[in-house]
Amino acid sequence: MGHTLAEKIIAGHAVTEACVPDLYPGDLVEVNVDVVLSNDITAPIALREFEKLGVAKVFDPDKVVMVADHFVPNKDIKSAEQCAQIRRFAHEQNLPHHYDVGRMGIEHVLLPEQGLVLPGDLVVGADSHTCTYGALGAFATGMGSTDIAVAMATGQIWMRVPETMRFVYTGELQPWVGGKDLILHTIGRIGVSGALYRAMEFTGPVIDGLSMAGRFTMANMAIEAGAKAGLFAVDATTEAYVDGRSDRPFQAVASDPDAAFVTTIEIDVSALRPQVSFPHLPENARGVDDAGDVKVDQAVIGSCTNGRLEDLRVAAGILKGKTVASDVRCIILPGTQTVYLNALREGLIETFIEAGAVVSTPTCGPCLGGYMGVLAAGERAISTTNRNFRGRMGHTESEVYLAGPAVAAASAITGYITSPEEVTA
Amino acid sequence: MSQERTLQGKVWTYGDNVDTDAIIPARYLNMSLPEELAEHCMEDIDASFAAGVVQGDIIVGGENFGCGSSREHAPLAIKGAGVSCVVAKSFARIFYRNAINTGLPILTCPKAVKDAQRGDELAVDLAAGTVTNSRTGKTFRTSPFPPFIMAIIDAGGLVPYTREKLQA
Repeated sequence: MGHTLAEKIIAGHAVTEACVPDLYPGDLVEVNVDVVLSNDITAPIALREFEKLGVAKVFDPDKVVMVADHFVPNKDIKSAEQCAQIRRFAHEQNLPHHYDVGRMGIEHVLLPEQGLVLPGDLVVGADSHTCTYGALGAFATGMGSTDIAVAMATGQIWMRVPETMRFVYTGELQPWVGGKDLILHTIGRIGVSGALYRAMEFTGPVIDGLSMAGRFTMANMAIEAGAKAGLFAVDATTEAYVDGRSDRPFQAVASDPDAAFVTTIEIDVSALRPQVSFPHLPENARGVDDAGDVKVDQAVIGSCTNGRLEDLRVAAGILKGKTVASDVRCIILPGTQTVYLNALREGLIETFIEAGAVVSTPTCGPCLGGYMGVLAAGERAISTTNRNFRGRMGHTESEVYLAGPAVAAASAITGYITSPEEVTA
Repeated sequence: MSQERTLQGKVWTYGDNVDTDAIIPARYLNMSLPEELAEHCMEDIDASFAAGVVQGDIIVGGENFGCGSSREHAPLAIKGAGVSCVVAKSFARIFYRNAINTGLPILTCPKAVKDAQRGDELAVDLAAGTVTNSRTGKTFRTSPFPPFIMAIIDAGGLVPYTREKLQA
């Protein structure tokens, strides 16, 4: 019997080589990792645990990545202390991949952009959206700080080989429908625990034609279905993206034709409309035309889910020459400094500011109700982020509606959840 | 500090998909000490929890307990609150790892969850994988942990376990 993409990458990184050819779902295995990631809210606990391990140095400074992105530039004294702690550690350990204000970006936009993750890699990160790198054909999964401390010290971690669910997307994507709509719809189909402990593999002609930005968005939200990873096979699109970003050799891995998938779900996208996920779970997805009259107070465009240049182009295309409704705060979050600079050079930033939006430096801030766009009681946001749990973006009586950049931009203009056609016709 | 294998406590029940923002809201992630986090544990879904919980109490949850963020602050907040064990129908996988790694015992036992009400007394035997409800008199069996997971729990978490391994 053949193997899935997930099984192959895990087997290729297994510490005990004897079991490599025969790894199947359910097997527990220790693996070597290529990248260990942490951020300004998960690293402080990881460093505390690292110290307890009694190890002087990280296993390989080149493979330990630390990004300050959740509460930076720091929102308060406590978050400043957390970043200071990371800064000291990165200095002591001579870590070349510590990204601080001015060089940082939202981690899951930054790492692929900087060529730090490549196809075939095995990546663990103390952030649940580490699964984003599955778009590159890497096996990447989120873990907690203690796991990450051990991986930083030893370069190894235990994991269970997951079953893989295959999703096959067929048909023709309609205008304004992209990766975000595909993944919201998919989570709507299987539910927030529909892929619990499993890997999701995204395939089919629609995926073949999907840009890297769209793939990153889909892989990013695999965790919102409970999945351990969201994977894509490497193709010409992946190779074109990776080209020139790293000198490190990489391996293009794909599932065997006779690999055993736990299930295969076919989704014809031809009639799929831009999606909106209603409070308070990402699985509450429906077509934008079925949203009804939902007044919004805030529109958030960006994040690790939709903060890439392509996403900002979509939003700017809709906001160009238009005005954000007077009672809406529209907040744009470019994913990285490079995305910000390119958006500036293309004139997108000018478009946003002229429309009455604000443009923030890269930060996770508003997505998790940290700062830079916290909601008051009774307020609603349309947001291109990935979670709409109760209280996620602020007060427990606020609401978050998830959508792609086109719907978020259109809604910013009208002040109601709006389909892109309504403001572009 | 090794972990007790038999636990007993009063039950706090919650529903499906208790997410990590509910267990510890992100506005408190500028802190990381269990006792600090414990003061805000569950506050957005159950304002009575932090003040009412006592040492040894047991949380009983539905499906997908601990879904969402990878924040280890979630099991730390629960542990800091004095909770001895979480029993649920199913756990989100990162929370599951985090709980084991930080030495918070957890058990997947759907039948025990259905049987339990807020305020019940549960007795949990981790090594045997059993949950007994003193009100209903019923005992439920679940798969015990494989030996290496039990070794992590016995050692008090992944760090003491790894430290022992590195020194061996």
